[in-house]
Amino acid sequence: MTIAPERPPVTAAPRPTGGSLVEQFELGLDAPICLTWELTYACNLECAHCLSSSGRRDPDELTTEQAEAVIDELQRMQVFYVNIGGGEPTIRPDFWHLLQYAVDHQVGVKFSTNGVRLTPERAAFLAGPSCAGYVDVQISLDGATAEVNDYVRGPGSYDMALTALQNLQDAGFTDAKISVVCTRQNIGQLDEFQALADRFGATLRLTRLRPSGRGADVWDELHPLPHQQRELYDWLMAKGDGVLTGDSFFHLAAFGEALPGLNLCGAGRVVCLIDPVGDVYACPFAIHEEFLAGNLLAEGGFKKVWQESDLFTELRSPQTGGACAKCTFYDTCRGGCMAAKFFTGLPLDGPDPECVQGYGEQALAGDRTIPSSSQDHSKAGPTRNQPVMLKLMTRPPTSACAESPLAGFEPALSSGAHDQKGCCS
Amino acid sequence: MLDEAWTLSPAVALRLEPFGALAYHFGNRKLTFLKRPELVTVVRALGEQPDVRSALVAAGIPDAQHPAYADALAGLARTDMIRPRTSEQEAVA
Ligand code: SF4
Ligand code: SF4
Repeated sequence: MTIAPERPPVTAAPRPTGGSLVEQFELGLDAPICLTWELTYACNLECAHCLSSSGRRDPDELTTEQAEAVIDELQRMQVFYVNIGGGEPTIRPDFWHLLQYAVDHQVGVKFSTNGVRLTPERAAFLAGPSCAGYVDVQISLDGATAEVNDYVRGPGSYDMALTALQNLQDAGFTDAKISVVCTRQNIGQLDEFQALADRFGATLRLTRLRPSGRGADVWDELHPLPHQQRELYDWLMAKGDGVLTGDSFFHLAAFGEALPGLNLCGAGRVVCLIDPVGDVYACPFAIHEEFLAGNLLAEGGFKKVWQESDLFTELRSPQTGGACAKCTFYDTCRGGCMAAKFFTGLPLDGPDPECVQGYGEQALAGDRTIPSSSQDHSKAGPTRNQPVMLKLMTRPPTSACAESPLAGFEPALSSGAHDQKGCCS
Repeated sequence: MLDEAWTLSPAVALRLEPFGALAYHFGNRKLTFLKRPELVTVVRALGEQPDVRSALVAAGIPDAQHPAYADALAGLARTDMIRPRTSEQEAVA
């Protein structure tokens, strides 16, 4: 017999039916579509822009048994696949076991790695029958040359990523993803990234840099300049057909025609993050106590956090566009990224800091307070793998790269078939 | 298509949602949104009815809307969400 709840539940208004898919998604779903699960805060690298401020393992990280229980619950909730990240997930000793466990329980896996453990043997395992095509591998690379990549990801990280890609290709693993966070330094390399992907039979995936985690410290220096945003938009329009974006660039829709995919911030609606200790956040780019919905080790598990937490209920209630409501592009831009606004100290119902109509710059120039981080697993002292960029800074950093909401079309009754693009890993 | 026998692909799982359902194909890993609960009912009925038209009737879809539903089903067939039933597979009902 359960004890009566101490707080009355937040009651949502009756859910309207019909409307567009975006409108329905904004009201939330019974289970997430794009779930990111960071398995560990430990990492061999310390990328300057790490969204989760990773580096050191947290002593309270979920045990193997707890992680298996999470997978069981995801299977029951019919979460068809998860994006696994970190930290560097493959350095968890039980990583390969958990991967197999997920696949055996109808939970497909897409995992992000810097390649450190992708030996020829592991590559053969991933290409082999036990993964049954349920596994996607995403190698993080933030420069098409070692010079650009290693500046943010650390010395040797470019070679490590390329070796991993080579091992995958040699093992016959098809369609690996090369995952690039677009920065001021690499926007000019888009064609080169595509050529690299072609060389390895891989798919290119471009995502947006957000000022999350250590990314907050370097955002001013790394985020694309206004004319580079235009360059990126034009490139995606011209050559982006086979490129995945995680629908992370919907703020660029305000340049004119919307990019394909669902234009919406999915945080807490179709997107969420499970962190290494089981905390559930609204989005992988919003690891901050403001966006912490609960912990899945509490009674009711992940399902209760997803379906009933006050934070998620609030995120699913109708939002006003604030200062953006008057903008002609609000329908497709939707005011941009909640996390980008939050971590730059801008109001959540106003324009994105990278608003392509220029309202972000105005807002950034005004009064604002940048929130302090609520967790940091960065390595304490300087290390061998530290990127040059960090050496130039006073405070340390690590890895990972991810992105955002969904992908979709809106034909009459069904549909649109999506590859798993449209997510946040 | 209306007179043919179809069924949900064995590789596909449906997850009911307030707006309809998500259909996920474990083979080609495509995700599709069924945007109306009625379409979900139809898709589920396919395997139990002798042909598509009977599934539409069983789901209470008015005749006038049959062509629109046939279009939607054709779209689902393109990504193997549903597939034609072979002669050995008898309708269950
Ligand atoms: S990355 Fe930004 S836009 Fe995407 S789901 Fe998270 S908060 Fe929303
Ligand atoms: S004003 Fe708001 S809605 Fe308009 S382009 Fe800028 S961020 Fe997007």
